[in-house]
Amino acid sequence: MKKIEAIIRPEKVEVVCSVLESIGYPGIMVTEIEGHGKQKGLTQQWRGKEYKVNLLPKIKIEVVIKDEHLERTIKAIREAAYTGEIGNGKIFVLPVEDVIRIRTNERGNTAV
Amino acid sequence: MRRFGVILFTLISGFYLCVPLLMAAPASPDASGSFTGTISDVSAVKAGGPTLEEVANTAGHNRVAINFVWVLVAGFLVMFMQPGFAMVEAGLTRAKNVAHTMAMNFLVYPLGMLGFYICGFALMFGGIGALGTLGGYAGLNHEFTISLFGKSFGLFGTKGFFLTGSSYDVAVYTLFLFQMVFMDTTATIPTGALAERWKFLSFCIYGIFVGTIIYPIFGNWVWGGGWLAMLGQNFGLGHGHVDFAGSSVVHMTGGVLALIGAWIVGPRLGKFNKDGSANPIPGHNIPMAVIGTFILAFGWFGFNAGSTLAGTDLRIAIVAVNTMLASATGAMAATLWMWLVRTKKPDPSMMCNGMLAGLVAITAPCAFVNSVSASIIGLIAGILVVEAVYFVEGKLKLDDPVGAISVHGVNGLWGCLALGLFADGSYGDGWNGVTGTVRGLFYGDASQFFAQCIGVISNFVYVGLISIVVFKLIDLIVGSRVTPQAEIDGLDVPEMGVVGYSGIKLDKHSETPISR
Repeated sequence: MKKIEAIIRPEKVEVVCSVLESIGYPGIMVTEIEGHGKQKGLTQQWRGKEYKVNLLPKIKIEVVIKDEHLERTIKAIREAAYTGEIGNGKIFVLPVEDVIRIRTNERGNTAV
Repeated sequence: MRRFGVILFTLISGFYLCVPLLMAAPASPDASGSFTGTISDVSAVKAGGPTLEEVANTAGHNRVAINFVWVLVAGFLVMFMQPGFAMVEAGLTRAKNVAHTMAMNFLVYPLGMLGFYICGFALMFGGIGALGTLGGYAGLNHEFTISLFGKSFGLFGTKGFFLTGSSYDVAVYTLFLFQMVFMDTTATIPTGALAERWKFLSFCIYGIFVGTIIYPIFGNWVWGGGWLAMLGQNFGLGHGHVDFAGSSVVHMTGGVLALIGAWIVGPRLGKFNKDGSANPIPGHNIPMAVIGTFILAFGWFGFNAGSTLAGTDLRIAIVAVNTMLASATGAMAATLWMWLVRTKKPDPSMMCNGMLAGLVAITAPCAFVNSVSASIIGLIAGILVVEAVYFVEGKLKLDDPVGAISVHGVNGLWGCLALGLFADGSYGDGWNGVTGTVRGLFYGDASQFFAQCIGVISNFVYVGLISIVVFKLIDLIVGSRVTPQAEIDGLDVPEMGVVGYSGIKLDKHSETPISR
């Protein structure tokens, strides 16, 4: 089992969620975060003075999947979140030791 | 239930069907309005047959009544500038201090008013003499004067405390209402310059001082028959210091108070770095600032056009048009100056400051200049305010979150000087007891410009000195500033006990930029 953490543009959250649902992963976690990667912040101004806003709003989507679905999930997220502009975000893949469904006490793949 | 509805419907419609029958009682209705108000409305012993004296009395009464209504309604408009100030100031400052900023703008109204009622009005107008446009009552007739160079210098009035005795008069009360809301405009200007760090208690003490002493004394010198108004009669300087609606009396006074206050109370935590460079501290609500600016521009029609103290003085049309033109050129000039010269962006907060700057500048000359001059005065004000904002922050190193010093101080000064330049001699015959109309330097009277210069210098010196004393005194006795921790957390809870935006999580933009 793998956990995917995808950092994406806020305006892409709807389309990424819907492709994840369409490939069989309706259960996802979404967090509003701030940060920046290689892309630097924005310049704003207030009463004639410019200042940098270094942290930009982003969305973090977390989803736990079965090992065999890894590549197609990555592909689906990439295609949905892609614009080609700088600031498209990143996808992190982490191993998951076990999954437990609280209601039924199912373990492992069946609980994903 | 349905049957009840039917009965109710029948009753209501029956009632409405009867209405035309009931209304047919008078001889004939006057739908066009052309026939209402006739000889039978003239008060007369013999109804419908008034004597010439009775007709003349009614004409005189109506003339004064029009002036009363005009002055009172204009005063109500000026009162409505208070929410305008509250919204501009709260919009241009941070969300975490919004209850504190709003509360200052709120409490300055009752505080200042009571101070003005107790003694401010008497000091300012106690020696003004006959109230010409309001029926000529002359109960406010004692001015304290000193003699210098064989001339008398009026310093303050001494009639009208608590509006009792000889002040218990309709004309005096009308004047009180109108002048009280002007005083409150002055009082609320420094709350913007000192926002986000001023201890609420020391603000309250300040509010009493403004309404009782600081504002009324200078006001007396210009509007109450004091020595600045007499510069023309005594020394042949034009018509004395002329300030139609208060560029110096109201706005420059507020601006100088803001300047001294910002200097003594000091900048907000995190505003200036150790090397003296300034950090921007963005305000939290541009929509609020824009709406507040429009409310102020609306109230300004009462401010300027009301200052004729006469609805029968038809110069009010010129005054009102000049006022709106200067607001437009001020707003356009500030917008374009930011957009093309300063930052390549039009900047909504400076647009607002530009409109207010144009309004402040036209306040003194609005009755004495033509529309082209009014437009030029506003245009210069719009550029002046932007440059002043840069100057106050960059050179004076003062922290003025809303630009009060630049809008009211700098442009109040400019407005008074502009009168001395652009007054075209079409109005003001007999102003301050000097025969002939008011002319500026460009129309042949250099001495008027000189009188304007003396007026603004006196304002700066007097208001500057008395506010240093008042602010220092308050600072010594109760302290002027909140604690640094209160400033970081936001003034709402430590100072006011409430959160302005309860239930809303404030983001990092509300934070204090410490040690950048």
